[in-house]
Amino acid sequence: MTSSLPPETLTLETLPRHQRAAVDMIEWERLAVPEARRLRELGFDQGVPVEVLHRARMGSGPIACRIGRMTVALRRAVARSIRVSTAALPAE
Amino acid sequence: MELPPLVAMVGNPNAGKSALFNALTGARQKVGNYPGVTVERHSGRLALDDGRAVELVDLPGAYSLDPSSPDERVTRDVVTGTQAGERLPDALVVVVDAANLDNHLRFALQLIALGLPVVVALNMVDLAERDGLVLDPAVLERELGVPVVPTVAVRRRGIDVLRARLTALVGGTTAELRRLRPSDGSVDDDIVTLQRRARTIAAAATVSETPVRRWNHALDSVALHPVFGPILLATLLFVMFQAVFSWSEVPVSWIESAFAALDGVVRDAMPDGFLRSLLTDGVIAGVGAVVVFLPLILILFLFILVLEASGYMVRAAFLMDRMMAQVGLSGRAFIPLLSSFACAVPGIMATRTIDDEKDRLTTILIAPLMTCSARLPVYSIIIAAFIPARKVAPFIGLQGLVLFGLYVMGIVGAFVAALALRRTVTKGDSSGFMMEMPKYQMPRMGDIAIGLWSRAWIFLKRAGTTIALTTVILWALLSFPQAPAGQKQADYSVAGRIASGLEVVVRPIGFNHDIALALIPAMAAREIAVAAIGTVYAIDDVEDTRGERTLVDNLRGRWSLPTALAFLMWFVFAPQCISTIAVTRRETNGWRWPAFMVGYLFATAYVMAGITYWAAVFAGL
Ligand SMILES: Nc1nc2c(ncn2[C@@H]2O[C@H](COP(=O)(O)OP(=O)(O)O)[C@@H](O)[C@H]2O)c(=O)[nH]1
Ligand SMILES: [Mg+2]
Repeated sequence: MTSSLPPETLTLETLPRHQRAAVDMIEWERLAVPEARRLRELGFDQGVPVEVLHRARMGSGPIACRIGRMTVALRRAVARSIRVSTAALPAE
Repeated sequence: MELPPLVAMVGNPNAGKSALFNALTGARQKVGNYPGVTVERHSGRLALDDGRAVELVDLPGAYSLDPSSPDERVTRDVVTGTQAGERLPDALVVVVDAANLDNHLRFALQLIALGLPVVVALNMVDLAERDGLVLDPAVLERELGVPVVPTVAVRRRGIDVLRARLTALVGGTTAELRRLRPSDGSVDDDIVTLQRRARTIAAAATVSETPVRRWNHALDSVALHPVFGPILLATLLFVMFQAVFSWSEVPVSWIESAFAALDGVVRDAMPDGFLRSLLTDGVIAGVGAVVVFLPLILILFLFILVLEASGYMVRAAFLMDRMMAQVGLSGRAFIPLLSSFACAVPGIMATRTIDDEKDRLTTILIAPLMTCSARLPVYSIIIAAFIPARKVAPFIGLQGLVLFGLYVMGIVGAFVAALALRRTVTKGDSSGFMMEMPKYQMPRMGDIAIGLWSRAWIFLKRAGTTIALTTVILWALLSFPQAPAGQKQADYSVAGRIASGLEVVVRPIGFNHDIALALIPAMAAREIAVAAIGTVYAIDDVEDTRGERTLVDNLRGRWSLPTALAFLMWFVFAPQCISTIAVTRRETNGWRWPAFMVGYLFATAYVMAGITYWAAVFAGL
């Protein structure tokens, strides 16, 4: 399912587990204002490395991901607005 | 009298502000409230190295100066000098988590930019080291332009240096203190810029770093696993409830015998009469019936506090989010609802961590449906009297099954109520679920002990005041006026006459005069219902009918099975607890929501008890 999408539309929702990636772009306009703010406060921003750690069962349930040195839980609807890319990873 | 200089502890949630505050102030702390909001103000005195005293306040955790909850608003208003009832701090202790610098430095940069004297506590350096992260405080100092002190709050490392830095800061700049403006709404754009700057500084200050905490991830791969995670959670909850009942047996029997002994002492020491009856049948019986549940509450809270301190509770919230989302709540509601199994009062207070107002309100409104420990005396006596102690399957007794059913009834009721409320009175978009998962840690026994003590204290205070007073009033209303010979005291008394009025209303759902009478004082607290029924029968009977055996006999003789079942169902829903109503008023700032809560729960209780009664009657029970 994921593999049929072109790589540039990979989002945090569809990113395979444990695959290192970086935030490419966040579609802020798709998010509610408080959600967008919380996301910024938790450090989501272009170029930041992210990794999906856990996903509750297929279809629904939140996602746990690593961002910086933090583990953050968020819902799929939010993860869907976070585009990621596995191409250009900043050196760590 | 001139106020001492004010120093505020401020930083992200979980940075260790409170731990550091405790390390700095020791036992000398005061808890108050900020005017007009339900945010607690924790303050204490700190003696500086030169002998001067400062007042230290522990501000609520925040992520930025752009508040998204009442707590965060207080933090912003205090550091900008606009909080009513608080003076502008003379200095800030900005607490950051060393293992989370990227994130915590951003708020620190915002705070430093305000222009108040600042010292940064680089806290949790022990955890950072455990994770293989080595930092250089000197680089941080240079980049931030303020003193930086590495600390380990829970082991009191770095506290003396921190105090020395504060001594130097406080008072030095009083001459040119600026009035500060609150943040001007442009913060949203700033956050990203600040965040980038924070990341650059953090990277510069990092001497060496091994990849992120491996064993935290190992634990999470079990705790958050799609299959094993829920199994682990269910097991933990099962063990918890099992422990609540099995570990409490012995301490409960101690408390029972202590109250029985006290009763005996009073009976021996005093002549028979009104005063003795007031003390024994009223105060001792009433308070005793409540205090007996202290061990259950403490065991439940022991589990909750340990799970919280270890970092597991947020994982439980993660697992529960999916289910909660289906009734329009978020995983965050799980912790308050779990606490409500002990008592709805701390449960409702724990909803403060839910940032969405509608989510929070819904959680408050359904919290009283969780089976709190105050229902247990009611459930256990009725079950003992009316449900035969027989096995329906190996290891499964009918009595236990009924009790379990009552718990389930409460949970189902809460979910249905949440679903209905979210579509009507608390309609609105769900705020979603987004939270930081703290690192796993060994819980510290000292913190757990303090947490347990504060819960025990709330409970005992309630037993000693509300419940003692109510039982005394009930005893008085039942004892006067004296019935003439041939008339029943319980009917003739003031309480009896009030009950006769109520009986008209509750007769259709199968309740008799004694129940109507018991329901009135049980408005103060559910467990009083048992004591009240006991008192009604005790006052009427010639012999001493106190004690469970005879109360059970009395119940069997006077109530039908449908009545008993309806009574149980009533207590699943009825909001009979003055403390819950009071805390709801406090947490929602007014009478509107507690009034709504009482209304919808009584209506549900009435309908459900009625259905139960008539179903049982038609089933020929
Ligand atoms: N290992 C370690 N744990 C700490 C330290 N400081 C605080 N903690 C723990 O971190 C958790 C959060 O601390 P707390 O003071 O409640 O954070 P606050 O939200 O900033 O008030 C608690 O479990 C503390 O015991 C520290 O320096 N080292
Ligand atoms: Mg705190």
